[in-house]
Amino acid sequence: MSVKKREKDLSILGKLYIPEIAKGMALTLKNMFRPNVTLQYPEVKFEPPASYRGRPVLVQEKNGVERCVACGLCSRVCPALAIEVQAGETSAEKERYPEKFEINMLRCIFCGFCEEVCPEEAIVMSKDYELVFQKRSDAIYGKDKLLVPVDNLRDRLEFLRRFK
Amino acid sequence: MNIWEIIIISLIKIVIALVAMLLTVAYLVYFERKISAWVQNRVGPNRVGPLGLLQPFADVFKLLLKEDIVPTASNKVLHTLAPFIAVFVGFATYAVIPIGPPIELFGYKINLFMADVNIGILYVLALTSLGVYGITFAGWSSGSKYSLLGGIRSSAQMISYEVSMGFSIAGVLLLSQSLSPVQIVAAQYGWMWNAIVQPIGFITFVVSAFAETNRLPFDLPEAEPELVGGYHTEYSSFKFAGFFLAEYANMIIASAMIVTLYLGGWQVPYIDKLGLGVTATTLIQIASFFVKSAAILFFFIWVRWSLPRFRYDQLMSLGWKVMFPLALINIVWVAALIMIFHL
Repeated sequence: MSVKKREKDLSILGKLYIPEIAKGMALTLKNMFRPNVTLQYPEVKFEPPASYRGRPVLVQEKNGVERCVACGLCSRVCPALAIEVQAGETSAEKERYPEKFEINMLRCIFCGFCEEVCPEEAIVMSKDYELVFQKRSDAIYGKDKLLVPVDNLRDRLEFLRRFK
Repeated sequence: MNIWEIIIISLIKIVIALVAMLLTVAYLVYFERKISAWVQNRVGPNRVGPLGLLQPFADVFKLLLKEDIVPTASNKVLHTLAPFIAVFVGFATYAVIPIGPPIELFGYKINLFMADVNIGILYVLALTSLGVYGITFAGWSSGSKYSLLGGIRSSAQMISYEVSMGFSIAGVLLLSQSLSPVQIVAAQYGWMWNAIVQPIGFITFVVSAFAETNRLPFDLPEAEPELVGGYHTEYSSFKFAGFFLAEYANMIIASAMIVTLYLGGWQVPYIDKLGLGVTATTLIQIASFFVKSAAILFFFIWVRWSLPRFRYDQLMSLGWKVMFPLALINIVWVAALIMIFHL
């Protein structure tokens, strides 16, 4: 009766472990002299790529008006129920605008569904990842904090057009 | 020298050695963290002080300010006693290790060790075996299953590796024909380092030293994934710091022992042929002791961040089935050398 040789069976050299230990030690020694990957955070900040999903923001056109038409789709799709929209009428071409647009940043899970569902490309995920609040009420972002000029969001809009 | 001079000189030596030991432990922790960071392509502590050099002190102050928690189920006396045993063993062992040749200072002849015990190696072995009581007491008295398992593992590990350690030292003793560390260093004159004469004994001793100090391939008493923190799970504040201190002090002693027994202690080969003055020669010899010890300490840390932990049964079988026979082979090898070359 022959014993089948299995892949995990070691040769004599492997059973000694010593060559493998030496290999492992050599690897760690080599790594000691490699450049390290750490960013010194408060001084050096991580610049995320366009695909990064930071906090959701509203796109503000060059004339200072938001793109949003207050259709409420983002609010409907939001799995965390973080978005609240109240529509109002305007004399501009788009006829509707959000009178009140609030995102509770304590509820937001950064899934990006609001951005995906938006028919106007009016709400997009930004590269902003530093979110600090002193009070719970501070975490509810209104239009004052959500509106971001379109020029600052070029990267993301470009990315959405190519890959969405 | 009268009795008072001897007492004062001894006290000065003790104070210097203690302070040096504490500082070395502090910076050993710092380098442990730095080297682990370098191995993992990180930076390591660099916020407290320049290059993070004050980090160890920040750590100590943090530990001191923590609440000292004593579990209700614990045996209070042994729970308090255990870290003291560990620290005492860690610091008392260093007394017999010579760091250099005798020197002349202000007209006094001063030996660079605290006590010339003629059975110094036996003293070191006895004390380091005592260290296991600290860990076992800590494990048993905490009244926690994790601590108890850590303590039991520690004693079992100690029993399996003390034997091969003792037998590898026997090879050294055969060559030097003395138990005094001073004589052992003197016997390794020139290139007659024991690591070169008896490489098998060197390897078994180094592996046993790793097991004795509970360092990483054999750190089963404090295996975090299985035992939470092992024997010191229930310790906090200064008592925990005591165990931490003892662990690193044991590392320093282990490295000093490896240097003394196998790497020629403070001896530098062919230094008397260079024609340097007495002062320069002595300084180089003392420096060589520290450089050798530092290299061994680096090796300890390097191994810790390279190798995974042994399983419990693997540890036992390595100790009894591999290290023990190898140590015996080493004794036969040394005996054969003595027979053939009359060393």
